[in-house]
Amino acid sequence: MDVNVVTPQDGMLLAVQNLHTWFELRKWGFGRAGFVRAVDGVDFELPYGEAVAFVGESGCGKSTLAKTILGLYRPTKGDVIFESRKLNELQARDMQWYRSQVGYVQQDPYGALPPFMDVHRILEEPLIINGMKSKADREQRILEVLDEVRMTPVQDFLYKFPHMLSGGQQQRVVVARSMILRPKLIVADEPVSMLDASVRVEILMLLRALQRSHNLAVSYITHDLSTVRYFSERIFVMYAAKIIEKAPVDELLRQPLHPYTQALITAIPDPDAENAVTFKEVPPGEPPSLINPPAGCRFHPRCPQNIKDLCNTQEPPEFEPQPKHLVGCWLYR
Amino acid sequence: MQNGLLAVENLYLHFRATRGVVQAVDGASFELGRNEALVVLGESGCGKTSLARAILRLLPRNVQTYSGEVWLNGVELMGLSEEQFRREVRWVKISMVPQAAMNALNPVVKVGDQVAEPVVAHFGLKKEALAQARDVFQRVGVPVDFMSRYAFELSGGMRQRVAIAMSLVTSPDLVILDEPTSALDVLTQANIMNTLKRVKKEFETSFILITHDISTSSELADRVAIMYAGQIVELNDAPHFFPAPLHPYSQKLMASVPRIHEYKKLEFISGQPPSLLSPPQGCRFAPRCPSRFERCQEEPPLVDLGERRRVKCWLYPRWER
Repeated sequence: MDVNVVTPQDGMLLAVQNLHTWFELRKWGFGRAGFVRAVDGVDFELPYGEAVAFVGESGCGKSTLAKTILGLYRPTKGDVIFESRKLNELQARDMQWYRSQVGYVQQDPYGALPPFMDVHRILEEPLIINGMKSKADREQRILEVLDEVRMTPVQDFLYKFPHMLSGGQQQRVVVARSMILRPKLIVADEPVSMLDASVRVEILMLLRALQRSHNLAVSYITHDLSTVRYFSERIFVMYAAKIIEKAPVDELLRQPLHPYTQALITAIPDPDAENAVTFKEVPPGEPPSLINPPAGCRFHPRCPQNIKDLCNTQEPPEFEPQPKHLVGCWLYR
Repeated sequence: MQNGLLAVENLYLHFRATRGVVQAVDGASFELGRNEALVVLGESGCGKTSLARAILRLLPRNVQTYSGEVWLNGVELMGLSEEQFRREVRWVKISMVPQAAMNALNPVVKVGDQVAEPVVAHFGLKKEALAQARDVFQRVGVPVDFMSRYAFELSGGMRQRVAIAMSLVTSPDLVILDEPTSALDVLTQANIMNTLKRVKKEFETSFILITHDISTSSELADRVAIMYAGQIVELNDAPHFFPAPLHPYSQKLMASVPRIHEYKKLEFISGQPPSLLSPPQGCRFAPRCPSRFERCQEEPPLVDLGERRRVKCWLYPRWER
């Protein structure tokens, strides 16, 4: 296991370096027709106890990134480093350790819970697999975790099947399951997009409270920029398989730098009757295909501030115009 | 009713289910003016879609009760026979963009032909139908050469525009939109809302927009109706509603909307909406309501507070009128 140890970054739980996840496109079952570059060069670091939100439109690669971090997809290139150990060099047994350290909250709670298992069994299984031998200990942990996700009185829910629970309660069970092995990192892939507005806030507040009380790192994947402020410390904005802007939440919402982020923030309305009489500026076009993305900056065909002969030829590196606010855009060179 | 287009009075739609009667729409009443947009807001399962289907008489087979009055341009629609309704109202006067319409386009018919189809069905004009389809494609911002494409060749946003085009092609007075943007990305969503605003302005169409997305709904709303457990609990003009909703449920719902341009503490509503099989006696929101009192055991009336504001809550006694 010592072989895997790479230079430790101070205080970093997770580091992702130059990560690429490509999917091969096949023609008639064998000939190679190209790649879908779902994640194409992503770098970031996540310290212990920090919640970070990945925001992007559908098809920008945010779920693929989540699944690559979880070890469900193998990266084509680059590394996921968890507590100074490279993920793709872990042996099967270490992989089990890794999975106990990382919890996963899925998007659709009903699809994520096995319909033939009751809540008790759903929560007990990870404990059995991870070698908690004593039944009394398991019992105690299950009660504890249900209490943490505020499924109280616990006895009312313990022997219920998923279909007997409401959407919000199902999502609580999913959260409980992700927490039961006391992970250090939670990956939440659109945890509230299937829920109603009032329940949505309840689940987000629960996740936030758990994150703080357990000093959890969370990567929260979402398309809904408006919930992010209530949930995370930093935002990473993704566009066409890359992270184009990284900044603390308030900073990003107050002063977005990348033209794409600016467009995104202007496009999201707050409930206000004024909206009905004004038209919104929206950049034309649609996100590019990830099979052959545009050269240079991937946003340049839609960008209102496109710099001639630069944006369409050279890919922008990450600039840091303000401390801790990184942006991949030539405007800030 | 001044320059009224649609008036719905005491509309009931109940379904038979194995475990009893589902009271999906339970006594809905509202009016809608010409060139006005009404937004119907509520959580999933509160009967929003059933309300739309009741107005358009698109009913499943297990209907238990379907009663009330629907007036369109001074004509009572509930009295029309099924054939009359199909010929004279559905898609001629009132059309609809059903939920997930963009995924329900026929995969083997060119989208241009699909959009022209309602005109052919109702007026039987093949050539003019295609011309009208071309016209409506331009209105909703789909390039005209997309008419000869198939649905799978279009992106989600374009398919949604095609579905909207199909609802506008017969120039109806009223278009019912059921969650028109909920599956779309933020930028596409803003684009579609811009299109709808333009259509409303240029062609004086009225809209009923059914959604659970409160922020987006404010982009089109002139009036707001809040539904809870099959009933309309508040009707209000948008400029009054968004800053100061009246019903405790509306207030709680508004407090749960995350904001992006300003910081506001979020709240949530504890408990869950009641089952429509056996809704609570009296006010249906009472079990979750922070300001409930004894009177809430009786069902409150829809109190008219003047200035086109109506609310179904005992906190607003009649003498306040």
